[in-house]
Amino acid sequence: MKSFFAALAKLLTGANARWIGCQPDVRQRVYFANHTSNLDALVIWASLPPTIRELARPVAARDYWTKSKLRLYLANKIFNAVLIERKKPTPHDNPLTDMLNALGKSHSLVIFPEGGRQTVAEMAPFKGGLFHLAKDRPDVEFVPVLIENLNRILPKGEFLPVPLLGSISFGAPIKLENGEDKMTFLNRAQAAVKALQKS
Amino acid sequence: MNLRLDKQTIWLVGGVLVLLVVSSLIGWILSLRATSEKGKATVQNLNARIRAWWMMVAIFGLAMATGGIGSIVLFALTSFLALREFITLTPTRAGDHRTLFWIFFIILPLQYYLITIKWYALFSILIPVYAFLFIPIRSAISGDCENFLERTAKIQWGLMVCVYCISHVPALLTLEIPGYIGQNGKLMFYFVLVAQISDVMQYVWGKLFGRHKIAPNVSPNKTWEGFIGGIASATLIGAGLWWATPFTPLQSAGMSLVITLMGFCGGLVMSAIKRDRRVKDYGNMIEGHGGVMDRIDSLCFAAPVFFHFTRFFFT
Repeated sequence: MKSFFAALAKLLTGANARWIGCQPDVRQRVYFANHTSNLDALVIWASLPPTIRELARPVAARDYWTKSKLRLYLANKIFNAVLIERKKPTPHDNPLTDMLNALGKSHSLVIFPEGGRQTVAEMAPFKGGLFHLAKDRPDVEFVPVLIENLNRILPKGEFLPVPLLGSISFGAPIKLENGEDKMTFLNRAQAAVKALQKS
Repeated sequence: MNLRLDKQTIWLVGGVLVLLVVSSLIGWILSLRATSEKGKATVQNLNARIRAWWMMVAIFGLAMATGGIGSIVLFALTSFLALREFITLTPTRAGDHRTLFWIFFIILPLQYYLITIKWYALFSILIPVYAFLFIPIRSAISGDCENFLERTAKIQWGLMVCVYCISHVPALLTLEIPGYIGQNGKLMFYFVLVAQISDVMQYVWGKLFGRHKIAPNVSPNKTWEGFIGGIASATLIGAGLWWATPFTPLQSAGMSLVITLMGFCGGLVMSAIKRDRRVKDYGNMIEGHGGVMDRIDSLCFAAPVFFHFTRFFFT
């Protein structure tokens, strides 16, 4: 079932994975990407080689993915998603705790630090979660990912996809430097995603 | 529209297979002899191309073997993949989304459906007239005016080249040529063979003797030596295949010349678009060749002209 969905996603989006700054690896990673389409998480997940796909868990909005039985089934059984509360986080329902738990000792995460899908070309500022993850797990690699064209395949508000060719570029991993503050790190992370546009 | 497996078809298919075996052997020998880095890279690309040719011939052969319908489905899929590559390179906007859905899933299948029912009158104007009017209407309803004319023109152009022009290849099966009824499969085979052999010959002549570039800004690989040698040899080969067509040897030479010249122009125009979009290839689906569009650019321009020449002079 999983490989069927992965193949379907690749066929539908023509997703071409380009490993520019690193190679596929089972080591623990946080893949952070720009977010423009509902297909994003699915396609990044699908473009990973099967062994790595097993370990990668997309982080997604709980309000969206629990709306219907189908979505819940996809999130739990196919993508093994980490569903987080993005509207009203409380100390008991903290996205960061959920993500840290999900990472555990062997898993990787796919996250979208902009917090929601963007309809304009410019990326929104990254949210702080990425910084806190990097601070708590210095052993994990943070891989910038640029998603292109998926917003044209399925723009926000549309339900029928158009079969264009998407592309997913994986950049060189970044690390939180000693004493680097939140804003500097988040800006650097965003620049790393943007930089993939030209390569 | 059934394809008869007659003696001439067997000769055509056999000839192509012999050609492939010979090229594979040459590729293998070259791979043993190449020493410099650049030479190795060229031979590697050559062998990737030959491997892809095996695959393409196998697919085309299977489609032909099913009779008319398989060929129509094959070219419909080819159009679909080419249009996909073309529109991906075209900067359309969110306001075009529904329009794009229409061209991929309604207009494209409809165009090929019209071929299966041999409705020439509608087939020949569906895209130039009805799609031409429909595309700006649908995009205008979406209400996005930015670069409106440019977007509309690009979508229409993509549809013309990738769907309308390519659909003229299987449309050859619908022609009723006196004395050649039920044999049109060979005519389609002949057309594709001459167009593709011309590409291969231009490549070979260009690699061996190419010195003087024709249009260095558009396509650095196109040289006068490749052009003249390629066109001449492909025209000769085409003339030599007259027995598979409704043409006399001289007519066949003329038709081959038309196919090869139009094919060359198609390659040139599609290259100009690539340079404008600053990409090397339209995609990466066919190893060594690039995208689907990179392989069929010559067919695009040659197909409608060959179709109409045949229709006008021989039906």
